Amino acid sequence: MAAPGPLRLLRAAAAARRWLLSASPAAGARPGRGRAAAAVAVGAARPFGLSARAALSSEDKITVHFINRDGDKLTAKGKPGDSLLDVVVDNNLDIDGFGACEGTLACSTCHLIFEDHIFEKLDAITDEEMDMLDLAYGLTETSRLGCQICLKKSMNDMTVRVPEAVADARQSIDMSKNS
Amino acid sequence: MGPGGACWRGGGVPGGFKRWLSSQARAPRVCVVGSGPAGFYTAQHILKHHDLARVDIYEKLPVPFGLVRFGVAPDHPEVKNVINTFTHTARSDRCAYYGNVTVGRDVTVGELQQAYHAVVLSYGAEDNRVLGIPGENLSGVYSARAFVGWYNGLPENQDLKPDLSCETALILGHGNVALDVARILLSPLDLLRKTDITDSSLAALACSKVKRVWLVGRRGPLQVAFTIKELREMINLPGARPVLDPADFAGLGNAVKDAPRPRKRLTELMIKTASEKPGEKTVAAQVAAAAREWGLRFQRSPQEVLPTADGRRARGVRMALTQLEGSGDSAKAVPTGDVEELECGLVLSSIGYQSLPLDPAVPFDPQRGIIPNSSGRVEGAPGLYCSGWVKRGPTGVIITTMNDSFDTAQSVLEDLQAGVLDVSASREGFGAVGSILRSRGVRPVSFSDWEKIDAAEVARGKAAGKPREKIVDPEEMLQLIGH
Repeated sequence: MAAPGPLRLLRAAAAARRWLLSASPAAGARPGRGRAAAAVAVGAARPFGLSARAALSSEDKITVHFINRDGDKLTAKGKPGDSLLDVVVDNNLDIDGFGACEGTLACSTCHLIFEDHIFEKLDAITDEEMDMLDLAYGLTETSRLGCQICLKKSMNDMTVRVPEAVADARQSIDMSKNS
Repeated sequence: MGPGGACWRGGGVPGGFKRWLSSQARAPRVCVVGSGPAGFYTAQHILKHHDLARVDIYEKLPVPFGLVRFGVAPDHPEVKNVINTFTHTARSDRCAYYGNVTVGRDVTVGELQQAYHAVVLSYGAEDNRVLGIPGENLSGVYSARAFVGWYNGLPENQDLKPDLSCETALILGHGNVALDVARILLSPLDLLRKTDITDSSLAALACSKVKRVWLVGRRGPLQVAFTIKELREMINLPGARPVLDPADFAGLGNAVKDAPRPRKRLTELMIKTASEKPGEKTVAAQVAAAAREWGLRFQRSPQEVLPTADGRRARGVRMALTQLEGSGDSAKAVPTGDVEELECGLVLSSIGYQSLPLDPAVPFDPQRGIIPNSSGRVEGAPGLYCSGWVKRGPTGVIITTMNDSFDTAQSVLEDLQAGVLDVSASREGFGAVGSILRSRGVRPVSFSDWEKIDAAEVARGKAAGKPREKIVDPEEMLQLIGH
């Protein structure tokens, strides 16, 4: 069920649309995939131009280990600036239901749990990311949304954990029932 | 989709012909009733975790995706991205979509059970709870569900034509649907114009006189059911000013200090908004100039919708003031004896959706409005499963339904593995159902048919700068695909 190539373009386009239209500076502060897509679309500065990205050698890639729900370890590489959602999609990593809203901060299915020393150095979290994390299953002190975390060299070889879908969190949110 | 098509086309599939033969004998045929997120997530999980299973998805409407298309607000296109994954599932060689088929009318659940090894009911909650108070049927009173269906192009709600000629609207309910409706009523038209909201509802909203929306709940700020993203969105809505009474939140900061994080942050956002004076806001000028406003009213239970002098229209709602007994989610609202009348010309009741029984052959718990089940296994009905709102009630966000559907799919997979589901005898699946439907004059809509409708909608929307212009008449959809 991993997304094929054309879907990725759809995703990037959708994300770009959202972030370009987004009027809220807070919301636009640090979207992972969204930022990349928007930057390409408007030609704004970003760490790597398209050509520079293409020229990156494999040594410049960053290795990330994902501990899946079943305990399996999935290892993949990404480029600096890629979000962890990009890494999962680009490498067809088999994580059930990951990234349902495709990196637009409208769900919490890309929730990942970080090692303490990595978590401490992550960029500050926005209110909007916190809002979605509030709905995540198995929230921990070192939880973040994978779509909002962009790879840096210092993250090489880090391990992130996919939370289990905990049954007791299911009753926490009500969409339509009256109070 | 020919039998074993995937294997022949695959060429290098290990096992070759032998495997094809055995897969034909053992391929479990699963049927899913309903093509909303619950149906598609259940299908996705079964297909992904079983190499041979084949899943057919049946849908009442010609078009798929249920509440993703007809429930999710038009200004929330991000949530609709799940359609990309659903489309990927539907295009799988082992999955088929049959729209325009009403299970329970065109084909019975019993007939489906004859044709499939397992039947999963994921048909959602197609009704809404009613207030049960006098005046509920006056003109100007609508269910939020119908209102949502109206602006989202749900065929059955296209004749709603809500009267938006009054200045004050009252929404009964403190859930995300209530906030969606409030936001659509108060959003600047230019924001809505770029969405897939229907053309006719956009035209009606352009003439709307509504400039004030009250969201009323029976209980207090600690019991609201909406989520923080939707609240923040409402607070940041351009041109609309939040009106929250600081008195409603007195002492709550302390009360939520040790509450779970979602409740704590949600309450703190309300407190912060209530205590902000217009002058303190960075966008003070904009807020002061806001022509529209909205607010939350707590501890008020609707008693009667009051009629105008001619007895035909709503002119207000009389509400009993309540006090809370108990605390937290289980707090009960008990009338104090005091009442209050609030003037409004538009009343939208948003007190929850409700599932309906589908077929006399399927157990149903009318009290809880769900199919009684254990991890999605319908009680006392082997081979029958359920997922989504009909399984757990009409609550939760997309991830809730996703996990819940994966859970049901897991039950199906376990039962296949354990032999609880007997797949030794092959079932014909759509081969059998298709004959039944033909004999009853029902023509299903395929997924490629939907893709034609989809393309037509996108093309129509393009001219207006919208992602799509939904076709709201099922007849027109069917004409388009030559039915």
